[in-house]
Amino acid sequence: MISFVASRIGFAALVLVMLSGFVFTLFFVAPGDPARIVAGERATEAQVAMVRENLGLDRPIVEQYFSFVGRSLSGDLGYSYRNQQPVLDLIKNRMPATISLCVGAVVLWLMMGIPIGIMSARRPGSLADRIGQGFVLIGVSFPSFVLGMAALYFLYFVPRQAGFTLFPPGGYRPFLDNPGLWAWHLMLPWFTLAFTSAAIYARLTRGQLLEVLGEDYIRTARAKGLSERKVVYKHGVRSIFAPLTTQLGADIAALLGGALVTEQVFGLQGIGSLAVQSVQTLDRPVIIGVVLLAGFFIVIANLIVDFLYILLDPRIRT
Amino acid sequence: MSTEIKQRGSLELTMRRLISDRAGMVSMLFIIALVAVAVGADAIAALTGHSATAQFLNTGLTPTGLPVPPNGEFLFGTDQLGRDVLVRLAHGARISLAIGVVASLLAAIIGVTVGLVAGYFGGWIDVVLGRLMDLVMSIPVLLCMLSLVAVFGPSVSLSLTVIVFFSWTTMGRVIRGQVLSLREREFVVASRSMGAGHLSIMFTDILPNLGAPIIIYTTMMVPTSIIFEATLSFLGLGIVPPAPSWGGMLAEAANNSIYMFAWWLVLFPGLALLFTTLSFNILGDALRDALDPASMRHRAPKKKKKSVRAAS
Repeated sequence: MISFVASRIGFAALVLVMLSGFVFTLFFVAPGDPARIVAGERATEAQVAMVRENLGLDRPIVEQYFSFVGRSLSGDLGYSYRNQQPVLDLIKNRMPATISLCVGAVVLWLMMGIPIGIMSARRPGSLADRIGQGFVLIGVSFPSFVLGMAALYFLYFVPRQAGFTLFPPGGYRPFLDNPGLWAWHLMLPWFTLAFTSAAIYARLTRGQLLEVLGEDYIRTARAKGLSERKVVYKHGVRSIFAPLTTQLGADIAALLGGALVTEQVFGLQGIGSLAVQSVQTLDRPVIIGVVLLAGFFIVIANLIVDFLYILLDPRIRT
Repeated sequence: MSTEIKQRGSLELTMRRLISDRAGMVSMLFIIALVAVAVGADAIAALTGHSATAQFLNTGLTPTGLPVPPNGEFLFGTDQLGRDVLVRLAHGARISLAIGVVASLLAAIIGVTVGLVAGYFGGWIDVVLGRLMDLVMSIPVLLCMLSLVAVFGPSVSLSLTVIVFFSWTTMGRVIRGQVLSLREREFVVASRSMGAGHLSIMFTDILPNLGAPIIIYTTMMVPTSIIFEATLSFLGLGIVPPAPSWGGMLAEAANNSIYMFAWWLVLFPGLALLFTTLSFNILGDALRDALDPASMRHRAPKKKKKSVRAAS
């Protein structure tokens, strides 16, 4: 088990090193002079040189990389080229919206996907199974931004035209101000982000459960007279948690991409929309900061999932 | 009374199973129709007399400058610049299909090669390639795309590269798993005992046995790639306007929420995208059922158990 933990931590570190290297290299082979962007179009050569020196852009690349990694580790991600605010503060301000969106969506897709999968697997080929399978097919085929726009149209705009507000058009309300308002504003984004994943988890749950329900120990459980309910929920469902956890770990990286799209559709001021805005304004320190910090969170979340897996699957512990 | 007994080959049986799958056939017809629309996009433009980027300021916009709903001249309405949605949709089909198919084929080639090498040689090669796949899968794709676009600017080739780079791993894993069990089989041992080299065994003995998973998973990758491309264009990271793409059209519709008052700007590209991905997914399912009858979707897994055990 110790070697498993060590290899996972080593792998996590490798991912972070490669990600920082990728972002940094990209930043330096990049066409266009960041000092020129900061100084502005009309700055003189001398002014540009001064900005370059201030930003440390005149030092050797390797030195810049190490000082960059050192600074990042101590929480200093530099300053935005656009408004000179610390990148870390910009990201911190955007974090509540993105975290609320992601956590809520994960909870929602597990709450949708697993029960639908169980329902399908209990009676393969039945009407319930076919409805479940239809949901899976539509879920994996629906691009999330189309779903989000449709949700906004039918659940915000149409009721609005009819004279009442069913859901707000978007925006983020802090949880601490008013939890009810917070959830109300996030309902459509949660649903949009969760829909595709719910379908994938339903398919996975169904497949795993069908396989498990054919095992000998399930037959034994049935033979000793346990009710079908107990067989499915006590013996069957237990064994699907390990594969679902693996899938969850693999999905964390994709989750942030989904959050980015959802934030764009619903105008949520989260980290994803910050990244898109920074690309449009060529604000490189912010892009680097977002990618690094997001990568860091993904790696940590993956580690947590790995350790959860050890708890769920005792076979690894030996 | 004599009943003629006819021998049916594997291909014929597969085709029969495929043709009897109604949903699969409907999807196939839709895809063929879509290809026709994509190929004939210029013909559609010529028929309507509207090019994909022409703005019809008099007929294509209302006096207040709003898009015109579907009518006799513009069957699918016009967009916020007075351009014909139908013609743009047809041209967008080209981009979606081209990127979807090309990206899937390239990713399949990489995935099959890596999976074949990893599964066949095993040992440290397998460990290194397995870790490489883990690594690619744990990179936040869209964030990388964002940084690449920030530096190089959006383009078709960049989208294609990124889609391929991040989608070959699924194929790689599937193929690796299959090869792991195939390489222990008697015909491989026989080939080896007759002095066949690694390359020869990999490509003439093992590869032909991978036809079913390759066809199935390549088909399944097409809708994923199409959604991927549309998402990139939607975020302004893919196809550069004014070139028409479905994702770009939806992004323009979302801009200032103009689609709230012009539903056709979302309905047509949205449905086109949904039906296309749905068709490829249904076709993938149909192909799996036809090529690999053992994995029928609706069958309870009683008979499968043994083989699952053996593989694991």
